[in-house]
Amino acid sequence: MTTMSSTAVRARKGGGRRRRRSWIGWAFVAPFFLTFAFVTVAPLAYTLYLSLFQEKMLGGTAFVGLGNYVQQLTDPVFWDALGRVSIYLVIFVPVMLALSLIAALAIDSARLHFPRVFRLAIFLPYAVPGVVAALLWGYMYGTQFGLVGNIEDLLGVALPDPLSSNLVLISIGNIMVWLTMGYNMLVFYSALRVVPAELYEAAELDGAGAFRVVRAIKLPAIRPALAVTLVFSVIGAFQLFNEPNILRTLAPNVITSHFTPNMYAYNLSFAGQQYNASAAVAITMGVITMVVAYVIQRVASRKA
Amino acid sequence: MTTHRRWRIGARKVALTAAAGLALTALLGGCASSTPGSTSAAPSVSEADIENALDQETTITIWTWATTLTGIIEAFEKEHPKITVDVVNVGTGAAHYTKLENALKAGSGAPDLATVEYSVLPQFALGGNLVDLNTFGYGDLEDQFTPSVWNSTNLDGGLYELPHNAGPMALFYNKTVFDQFGIEVPTTWAEYAAAAKKIHEADPTVYLAADNGDAGFTTSMLWAAGSKPFETTGTSDVTIDLSDEGAKKFTDFYSPLLEDGLLAPTAGFSNEWYQGLASGKIASLATGAWMAGSLKSGVPTGAGQWRVAPLPTYEAGEKASAMNGGGGYAMLNQSPEQNQLVAAAFLKYMETGPGVQLSIDAGQFPATVADLQSQAFLDKPNDYFGGQDINKVFAESAENVVPGWQYLPYQSYANSVFGDTAGQAYIGHTSLEDGLKAWGDQLVTFGNEQGFTAK
Repeated sequence: MTTMSSTAVRARKGGGRRRRRSWIGWAFVAPFFLTFAFVTVAPLAYTLYLSLFQEKMLGGTAFVGLGNYVQQLTDPVFWDALGRVSIYLVIFVPVMLALSLIAALAIDSARLHFPRVFRLAIFLPYAVPGVVAALLWGYMYGTQFGLVGNIEDLLGVALPDPLSSNLVLISIGNIMVWLTMGYNMLVFYSALRVVPAELYEAAELDGAGAFRVVRAIKLPAIRPALAVTLVFSVIGAFQLFNEPNILRTLAPNVITSHFTPNMYAYNLSFAGQQYNASAAVAITMGVITMVVAYVIQRVASRKA
Repeated sequence: MTTHRRWRIGARKVALTAAAGLALTALLGGCASSTPGSTSAAPSVSEADIENALDQETTITIWTWATTLTGIIEAFEKEHPKITVDVVNVGTGAAHYTKLENALKAGSGAPDLATVEYSVLPQFALGGNLVDLNTFGYGDLEDQFTPSVWNSTNLDGGLYELPHNAGPMALFYNKTVFDQFGIEVPTTWAEYAAAAKKIHEADPTVYLAADNGDAGFTTSMLWAAGSKPFETTGTSDVTIDLSDEGAKKFTDFYSPLLEDGLLAPTAGFSNEWYQGLASGKIASLATGAWMAGSLKSGVPTGAGQWRVAPLPTYEAGEKASAMNGGGGYAMLNQSPEQNQLVAAAFLKYMETGPGVQLSIDAGQFPATVADLQSQAFLDKPNDYFGGQDINKVFAESAENVVPGWQYLPYQSYANSVFGDTAGQAYIGHTSLEDGLKAWGDQLVTFGNEQGFTAK
C-alpha cells in the first residue's frame, strides 16, 4: 500500500519535474561528454572514416568501402603479426603474472627480511620508461660487443644470440616481464593487505599451514585483482610496440616492419603513407582486443 | 651523448638522402641537365622584395637534426638584426619526416625550412608541398654546384633545394688494425673480400666491416657497381630491376661475405657499433664523406689511427664511386610569404654565401664547385686522420660518381621494408640475390597500389 502510493506520487510529479531535471543533468555531465566526444569518440570516428577510403600518392583519394579491411584480412602479413603477439601473450602473460603473484605472496608472508626493500626493488623497473628499458636491454643483448658478447669473451663460451629469429620473442618477453612485474606485484600486494587479520587468526586456530592459508584465503582474495591484471596484460600484449620497435634498429632483419600488429599499422602509416590501410588495421585490432578482453572478463567473473 | 648519437644517425640519413637525391637527380637528369631549371621558370620575386623583407621583424623556423647551423645563423642574424632564425629538432631521419608529413597532411604547423635529404626529396616534391626555388631566380646558381648534386635537387623542372652537402663514398680504415694483421689497403672488391677473410680468420672477434642490412649502404653499393635498379620516366612510370648486371656484380662479391659470416652483424650507429669501432673490432667503413666528422666525434679515441682510401672498385684501375647521403633545406608551401622571402635570403646566404665556409668549418662536405677545387680545401690536413689530406680523396670520389643513378619516388618506404625482404639474406633465410628480388617485387606492388605504373 505504501509502496503503491509512493509510486503514484512519483508518477504524478514525474512529468514536469523529469524534463527540468534532465536538462540540469545534461549540464552537469556536459563537460564529461564533450571531453569524451572529442578525446574518445572523434578519433575513433575519424579512424573509421579514414579506413573506408584509399589515398594514393598519384591519383588522389577514392571511397573503397570495406576494401581496406578485405585487403588486410586476406594479407598473410597481418595474420603473421597477430599470430606472433598471440604466442607472446599465451607464454608471457601467465609467466609474468605468476612471478608477480609469487613476489607479492613472498613479501606479504612476513618471512622476508626488509620486505620494503624487495617491494621497491621489484617495483623499480616499472618506473623506467619502456623506451629506455628497451634501449638498455638492447645494449645488453649485443653478442658482438655488448654485455652478452663480454660474457662470452670472459667465460670463453658461445652464447646464443638473444636477437636471433628463434629467441627474439623471448628476449622481448623478458623485457616486458622485467618492466611490468613490479606493477602487478603491487596490485596483488594491495589486494592481500585488505584481507582482515581475523581470517588469518581463524585459520591459525584451525591449524592451517602456510600453503593452506595461501590457497584458502590469499588466492581467493586476489582473484578480482587477478582478473583486472589479466585483462590489462592481454591488452598490453596486443599493443606490443615499444620494445620490438626499438630493438628493430639492432636487428632490422629479424624484427620485420610487421612484427606486431601495432608496428604494422605504424609502418603502414608513417613509412608507406598508407594511412587508410593503417586505420583499417587499427580498427580490426581494436575489435579483436575488445572481444578477447571481454571473453577473459566473462570467464574470470564466472569462476569468481 | 644522445645528441651525438642522434646527429650521427642523422648524418648517415643525410648521407642516404643525399644519395637518394643524387639518384633522383640522375633520374631527372635528362631534363634537368639539358634544360636547367634556372631558365625554365622566370623569377616572380625580385631581389628588392627580398631586401625589403629582411628589414621587417621576422622569425623563421627550421626543422633539422643537424647541429651545424649555429654559426651560420649567428652570422646571418648579425647581418640582418631584425631577423630571428629558430632551429627546432623534431627528431632524426624517419622521425623527422614523420612529423613533417603529419604537419603537411594537417595543413598547418610546418616550419619555413626543413632538412630534406636528396633521397626523399622526390617524395616531398611529388606531394606538391615544396616551394620551387626558381621563384626566387635561384636556378641561376647552378654553376656554383657540382652537377651530380645539383641534379638531385632539380625535379621535373622544379628546383626544390639548394644543395647543402654531399656524401661521396670512400673507404675509412683503421690503419693500426690493418698493420697489426698485415692487411694491405684493398683497391678492388676482390681484395676487400680477401682482407675480410684474412682478418676474421686471424682473430674471430675482429671484422673488416659491419653490416646487418642497411638499405642506404646497399643502394650506394649498387650505384657504385653500375646498377640502375630504379628508373622513373615522367612522373608515374617506374621500372624496378634489382637483378641487372651491376646488381649481379655486387651480389657475387657480397654474398660470400654474408654466407661465411665475415661481416659483424652489428647495426650501424648503435652503441655496440661504436664500441666495435673504438676497440678496433670493426676495422673499416665504406661510406660517405660525412663520416669523417662522425668518426671524430663518435670515436674520439681513434684519433691518429684512421685513414681514408678511395672506394674499392670491381676492376683494378676502374673509376667508379657513388654518393651516400647528403641533402639540403627545402622550403614548405605552408610558410607565409614574408617568411618565404626571408627563408630564401637565408638559403642563399647559407649555401652560396659566407655560410658555405662556416658549414665546412663545422665538418660538412661541400657541394660547391669553388670549394671542391680550392687548394686550401683540398690540402687541408686532418689531424684525426693522422694529418692526411682526406678532402682530396673525397673530391676525387665525387668526380668518379657513376652517372645515371635514380632513387625511387617512394624511397623512404622502400628503405623501411628492406629488412623484411633483402634483409632476410643477412640472417641466412635467403640468398642476397633472391632477397633483393623480393625487395623489388614488394616495391612494384607498392608502386602500383599508389597509382604509379610500376614493373
